[in-house]
Amino acid sequence: MLGKIDDYFRNQETALKMRAYRQEVLASNIANADTPNYKARDFDFKSAYQAARTQQQSATLATSDQRHLQPASAKIDPFAPHLQYRNERQPSIDGNTVDMDTEMKEFTDNAIRYQASVMFMQRRIESMKTALTGQ
Amino acid sequence: MSMFRVFDVAASGMRAQSARLNAVASNLANAESVTSSNGQPYRAKQVVFQAQPMTTGNAQSVGVQVAGVLEDQSPPKLMYDPKSPFADANGYVAMPNVNVVDEMTNMISASRSYQTNIDVMNTAKTLLLRTLSLGQV
Repeated sequence: MLGKIDDYFRNQETALKMRAYRQEVLASNIANADTPNYKARDFDFKSAYQAARTQQQSATLATSDQRHLQPASAKIDPFAPHLQYRNERQPSIDGNTVDMDTEMKEFTDNAIRYQASVMFMQRRIESMKTALTGQ
Repeated sequence: MSMFRVFDVAASGMRAQSARLNAVASNLANAESVTSSNGQPYRAKQVVFQAQPMTTGNAQSVGVQVAGVLEDQSPPKLMYDPKSPFADANGYVAMPNVNVVDEMTNMISASRSYQTNIDVMNTAKTLLLRTLSLGQV
């Protein structure tokens, strides 16, 4: 029963975690808008979300010796996807690649999608409550 | 709750930008100071930023810190004023190398960046409050 509820919430939970993580990365870009040689970073949400959903099942194996091998996918944390560098549109003299317009757009976009995920989660909880109380 | 680290990152940005504003303020205030505590004309101060990975959690969130305050090494502006007690043998007074136009643009840039970091913080706060009220009817 509890496992079913877990499955029922899992997709939205994954989305929320990754949105929060992306928010962190974008906030780092914005904070470093004036840092010389800072390179703006981001990740592709779609592929990262799919990877997190598929890889979540294969957790690390229990080992009794440190020489025991782990599956290759276990080394990659699905909730900390590989960050890529953004292509700069206007090069600057100090080597900084943060484009404030792009960053603010992505930040606001991500915030609204986070709120949407919260809302979907809220609706799921409400319908689960309706089913449980039968009212 | 990784959203809390957004606060840390934005706060580090605000700290760094306010240090920059501070430097601009002292440069503008001392734009006409012929002598300073070391007897030399005042030199413009420039704040240098450095990216600083956050120590807690994953190292992917990067804050910003002040790496140091450099003094502008360009030569002082010479002003011809033989009557001044600070004039050299040729009658020139060494004035601070503060460029007021540079300082004003620096100030606007710093205050805009400060505001943006506040926006980031506000957004993170809204998102966190929404998340905390999850499941409440």
